[in-house]
Amino acid sequence: MIQPGLYHILFISAALFFIGVYGFFTRRNLVTMLMSVELILNSVNLNFIAFNKYLWFDKMDGLFFSIFIIAIAAAEAAVAIAIIINLYRSHKSIDVEQAEELRY
Amino acid sequence: MPNTTLILLIILLPLAGFVMLGIYGRKFFRNTSGVIATSLLLLSTALAFYTAYGYFFKYGKTGGVYQKLVPLKYTWLQFSPGLSIDMGIIIDPISVMMLVVVTFVSLMVHVFSLGYMKGDERFPTYYAFLGLFTFSMLGLVVSSNIFQIYFFWELVGVSSFLLIGYHYDKPSAVAACKKAFIVTRFADVGFLIGILVLSYSSGTLDFNTLIATLTSPQTNEYKNAIAASFLGISALTWGLVLVFIGAAGKSAMFPLHIWLPDAMEGPTPVSALIHAATMVVAGVFLVARLFPVFAIVVPSALNLVAYVGAFSALFAAVIACTQTDIKRVLAYSTMSQIGYMMFALGVSKYGGENGLGYTASMFHLFTHAMFKALLFLGAGAVIHFVHSNEMKDMGGLRKLMPITHLTFLIGCLAIAGVPPFAGFFSKEEILLAAYQHNQSIYWIALIISALTAFYMFRLYFQIFWNKEHHPHGEHHGEGGLSMMMPLVLLAIGAAVAGFIPFGHFVSSDGTRLDTGFHLQFSIAPVALCLAGIFIAMRLYKKQNAMPQKLAASLKGFYKAAYHKFYIDEVYHFITKKIIFNLIGRPAAWFDKYIVDGLVNATGNGTEDFSATIKKFQSGKVQSYAIYFLAGAIGLALLFIYIWK
Repeated sequence: MIQPGLYHILFISAALFFIGVYGFFTRRNLVTMLMSVELILNSVNLNFIAFNKYLWFDKMDGLFFSIFIIAIAAAEAAVAIAIIINLYRSHKSIDVEQAEELRY
Repeated sequence: MPNTTLILLIILLPLAGFVMLGIYGRKFFRNTSGVIATSLLLLSTALAFYTAYGYFFKYGKTGGVYQKLVPLKYTWLQFSPGLSIDMGIIIDPISVMMLVVVTFVSLMVHVFSLGYMKGDERFPTYYAFLGLFTFSMLGLVVSSNIFQIYFFWELVGVSSFLLIGYHYDKPSAVAACKKAFIVTRFADVGFLIGILVLSYSSGTLDFNTLIATLTSPQTNEYKNAIAASFLGISALTWGLVLVFIGAAGKSAMFPLHIWLPDAMEGPTPVSALIHAATMVVAGVFLVARLFPVFAIVVPSALNLVAYVGAFSALFAAVIACTQTDIKRVLAYSTMSQIGYMMFALGVSKYGGENGLGYTASMFHLFTHAMFKALLFLGAGAVIHFVHSNEMKDMGGLRKLMPITHLTFLIGCLAIAGVPPFAGFFSKEEILLAAYQHNQSIYWIALIISALTAFYMFRLYFQIFWNKEHHPHGEHHGEGGLSMMMPLVLLAIGAAVAGFIPFGHFVSSDGTRLDTGFHLQFSIAPVALCLAGIFIAMRLYKKQNAMPQKLAASLKGFYKAAYHKFYIDEVYHFITKKIIFNLIGRPAAWFDKYIVDGLVNATGNGTEDFSATIKKFQSGKVQSYAIYFLAGAIGLALLFIYIWK
């Protein structure tokens, strides 16, 4: 059994990041886009943890950062879902292209 | 010692009237405003007389010399230990004399206006303005600080602007008040620069200190002021000349006199107040205030005063002979008499017997205030009667208005210098001073005194004699008591003011000056003045063709004088043709195309730029995200490959 090294984890993280970016760019459904953003955030979390474990295993900074990011992601999800619900109420749709007039 | 509270009251009572009538006049005092303002001023006048009595007879003298007392001095703006703008009161012979003159003439005008302005739409406003004017003039004469005098100087300008433009629905009155304001403002710029030069060279703004510093040759300030020069003329001379320009603007000296005749658009009592007794003598007063500096240090500036005064006097007298609007005749006569006062100051020296011109000038100021206010108010009564300013609408009024006729005659005799009326004595002293110090001016003054007699009696005969039949035929009689009483009081003043031994009270250095009466000397002026009266009588007592013939024989000259020697046209040419075309238009072009162009270009550029970049804000969240990602990748590449 191969022990997973730093590069493996970074590879997964990068893959996760670009899947998230791809999802964010191509989906029109706001909920899907929100999920894509969560993927990106979690890829960052993975990076933090990996660097903490393999480079500075005697420290805890990376862990703390990822805990912060999880908390912030939860708050962000709450805000984003509130916005999406309001959008749905007024537009009867959660398609991002229906929300273009928000620029005004 | 002078009672500070009383002196303050003299000045502040008219201000109180102004504030009260200005704010509440139209609401609460529609009919009583005249009485309120008049009674306030009556109190003020009484206090002024009381102060004058106290100063001249009780506490003013120390060792035979009248002192310059400063009973009140409040430091207001301090720039450096010596240099501060103070609000103070200076009590010396001329300021006390002016307090009396201003309050008395103003009181007469207030009383006269009760009848003259009766039923006017803006009666309370009129009295409010009169109060403001009186306040500013009183503040001006007691100023102890050269900057304080400048404040009140401007206040006088503003209030005269308001009074001249009182009939604001008449375009000519509006034009006249603007003209008066602009011309005097223009001169005041000179005054302001003069103040700065004088205060810079003496290091103080206080009159007493300033005069003391600049007249003692030992002080460093004096040496610096004499040494510093600009265009070959010392800083001190420049300062005094600039101050004199300000004085000339207010006192309507040539060539800044153009506002005075037009200012006759104001109500006639206002003309009496502003143009007879108070505002126009402010310039003379200013020169008199700084007289020691003029006389001791810079005689050349004083010479300028003398020649400008003499020329203005002659110039105005000639024009006055040709005018047909009675108020304009009086206006030019005022200018001529102010010229008298100016050159009397100009030929004077400082101290003792040589200071005769100074005393004479102040004396003439005093007597002139009496008889010119009388003449203006008399003219007001005549205008009130015939509803016209033109001589041709008058004539034969002596039977219809006997009191006005008699008082006007006294005024004419006084201004012409017929003994024993007031003008004779003061003019006599001026002529004597001129004779002693500057012969050429003496001869000019003699000619002017003959001209004065001629034009005043031309006016008198045209109004009260000439045609026997009065064309209008409306016989509502003379004005009421309120209009006759000031005339009578002023006529008494004009008749007896000459007997005051003025030199005992007012002289250049405060000492007693005995002004004798010289019989041989007064033969020439009196004879000339009688000749002037006689010619006027021959020409105008009965209606005849002689005046036209005379005018025709003097064709060109008469026409030029009738058109005031085209000075207005010259100004018009200079401002319209030269300044507008050569300076105004290029400046307007520069402003329109360069300055505005730059501003517009900034605006247009910003607009274009934002129109371009506003497309980025499409509302498509995902395209924003792409830009963001592209930016992040771009930065990453930059840091990885280029900056390392």
